[in-house]
Amino acid sequence: MTDLSYVRTEMLSERDPPLSTTGVIGWIRENLFNGLSNSVLTLASLAFIYWVLSHFIPWFWSPTWNGTSLGQCREMIGAAGKESGACWGVINERWPQMLFGFYPVEERWRPILAFVLMFVALIPVLFNMISRRWNWFLLALVLFVTTLFVASGWLAVVAQVLLVVAMIWIGRLILVTKVSDRADEIKAGARRLPNPLMFSAAFVFIMPWLLWGGTVWAPIATAFGFVVGWGAFRVLAPVAGSLVAMILGVVAAVVWWLFLVGPVAAGLHGLLPVGLEPVQSRNFGGLLLSVTIGVVAISVSLPLGIVLALGRQSDLMLVKWMSVGFIEFIRGVPLITLLFVASFLLNVFMPPGTNFDIILRVIIMATLFSAAYIAEVVRGGLAALPKGQYEAADALGLDYWKAQRLIIMPQALKISIPGIVSVFIGLFKDTTLVSIIGLLDPIGLSNSIRADVAWNGIVWELYGFIAFLFFIITFLMSRYSMYLERRLRTDHR
Amino acid sequence: MKRTVILGALMAAGFSAGAASAATLDDVKARGKLNCGVATGVPGFASPDASGEWQGFDVSVCRAVAAATLGDPMAVEFVPTTGKTRFTALASGEIDMLARNTTWTFSRDVDLKFDFIGVNYYDGQGYMVPKELGVSSAKELDGATICIQTGTTTELNLADYFRVNGMSYEPVPIETNAEAQQQYLAGACDVYTTDASGLAATRATFEDPTAHVILPEIISKEPLGPLVRHGDNDWADIVRWSLNALIAAEEYGVTSANIDELLKGTDNPEINRLLGTEGNLGEMLGLDAEWAVRAIKANGNYGEIFARHIGEDTPIGLARGLNAQYRDGGILYAPPFR
Repeated sequence: MTDLSYVRTEMLSERDPPLSTTGVIGWIRENLFNGLSNSVLTLASLAFIYWVLSHFIPWFWSPTWNGTSLGQCREMIGAAGKESGACWGVINERWPQMLFGFYPVEERWRPILAFVLMFVALIPVLFNMISRRWNWFLLALVLFVTTLFVASGWLAVVAQVLLVVAMIWIGRLILVTKVSDRADEIKAGARRLPNPLMFSAAFVFIMPWLLWGGTVWAPIATAFGFVVGWGAFRVLAPVAGSLVAMILGVVAAVVWWLFLVGPVAAGLHGLLPVGLEPVQSRNFGGLLLSVTIGVVAISVSLPLGIVLALGRQSDLMLVKWMSVGFIEFIRGVPLITLLFVASFLLNVFMPPGTNFDIILRVIIMATLFSAAYIAEVVRGGLAALPKGQYEAADALGLDYWKAQRLIIMPQALKISIPGIVSVFIGLFKDTTLVSIIGLLDPIGLSNSIRADVAWNGIVWELYGFIAFLFFIITFLMSRYSMYLERRLRTDHR
Repeated sequence: MKRTVILGALMAAGFSAGAASAATLDDVKARGKLNCGVATGVPGFASPDASGEWQGFDVSVCRAVAAATLGDPMAVEFVPTTGKTRFTALASGEIDMLARNTTWTFSRDVDLKFDFIGVNYYDGQGYMVPKELGVSSAKELDGATICIQTGTTTELNLADYFRVNGMSYEPVPIETNAEAQQQYLAGACDVYTTDASGLAATRATFEDPTAHVILPEIISKEPLGPLVRHGDNDWADIVRWSLNALIAAEEYGVTSANIDELLKGTDNPEINRLLGTEGNLGEMLGLDAEWAVRAIKANGNYGEIFARHIGEDTPIGLARGLNAQYRDGGILYAPPFR
């Protein structure tokens, strides 16, 4: 009997997978050509993409950046031996106007600074990724760079020296401690830098001052209104009870804002005149106008919308019906109608000569509009919460506001993030509707630029540039919402 | 609550309306700026240049009035208005005058309570067709597809014209002039109709302007002029005679080049009265003697303004036509300065 059994004594090494399933070829087979119908679709898509690009790229790649009029652009295109092409000279000449409108040239550092500071102020609100030290360092850096460009004289030198000292001090703090050590120190009760949210709160008053200018005392006096209201509440609370004190505190603040801010600011300005060159709302234009309207409306409409959503679910009949009425009325009316109300009706109702700023009117309308939509989105989030969450909050003995703040809202808002960001992106794009009431936002300006005989007849280049600007901003907003969803994800999917 | 607010606002409006509408000139002087409504952009008539300065034929009227009243042609706050917002802006006092190629019609003058203070451009609706169609008269347009801006008087004029001539047409509604250019060039319509000045400006932007003709028929009267609110006749007089000063200056041969020379005195009493070296016309207006000199110096006389912004040497290339002085075959006729 011969022994035919075969025993392998050594292990075979793994072989590479077949060439057709790995690398580029494998990926292509797997994703583009797995099956007949997918292959056909792939080829058709490629043909379509080629067709679009073969038209777009020669048009886009056009040597007309230095053209000074449409006619000259055409000559340049002809000289380059092409049949047609984009006339980029218009963007070259007009991009500052598309960004800033009629904002005075020598003051344009102010919107830029406001825009950059906005990010510094937003970081502690929106992101959870850098330390307090980094945030203050960033602020000092931004202000230092600003002084380099804008200010001169001994005051600027003093400010620069102070800012550099601050940067070095904070920078040393950042460098000498490791992040993990610092976390332990904080836990042990080490002294920290003040919370950068303080600057975020102050920025609410700094931004309008930078944009519109005027005396520095106006924003300070406006901010002081909160102190007035809070002070009135604290003084009255032991005497009159907290609800009455709260109402009276609000009344005191409103009285301060309506009647006293103006004279007080003017008086202080008389004593110590510090201020920026005032810029009229009419000079706002271009992307600056869109961003101003968008940022203010977005940041005000979120809290307003949350309050409305809670009001709609309230047990108090009056609050509930007022919220429902407001939401349904605003959602039943197109934004363009509200803008016409802002532009026409208020003009007719207001006594002639009162100059109620048109941009402020538009901002108010845009805010109310998006607040109604936010309210419904947040209501969706509230409705998605299981009833057990509300009952658990009650069982813990939390009062209404604490239950909302600690249990309900964090969950409801997390659910609502995609909807809220959609509303905000929509609102930002809707700001272009103001061109219909004669404000020169990027779309309105494109029409004005076409009215220049040098550029009459240019359409795609201008609209393409505007689309590009808007895409950057809305894309960032959408990416941020995805980041936020990831960060807040607590379920274990 | 809402109703009380509205009532309160209405009452406040009623109380202050009388006071505020009284003296526009005083308001303008106190403000140091003239608020002038212009178009958000009409080629040749109003458009901002790269540095944000407004330029154009209508804009020049604003500058002349500012120069006459405030002494500085640059002391104008231009308020861009659309076809929809222009009249409320003027009625509510947001602007002191409107110079936004607005057609003078009965209902606007009477029903909307405005005063048209004159005409700075006599326009009329025309047709543009591609040359290859071989059309030489609007009477041959039976059955044509026509690009037309919706909601304008041009739409009504077009319907009237085709009905009177017993012809039919197919309208292609469009929203803006830019859209019309694209549609017309893409062949979506055979004919584009709008004001003749607009047609000329549009044709000038085409790659080959000679391939398109503007038909000789002008089918409507479109007298475009500046306007002010009812209720302040002194202010209306100032705007009216500032415009007339520009027109009269061309008639008498006063230009921005020779005005300093003529200021030393001439043999022509009419020129002397216009320039304030004789008589007291400025005082009657509530201005100083040199008001008209400043208005003319701001941009030159009517002819100079026309030539600079829309004349035959510009890309828009409009002939004077009806807008020539009455002695040259036009209908511009400034009343005497006496």
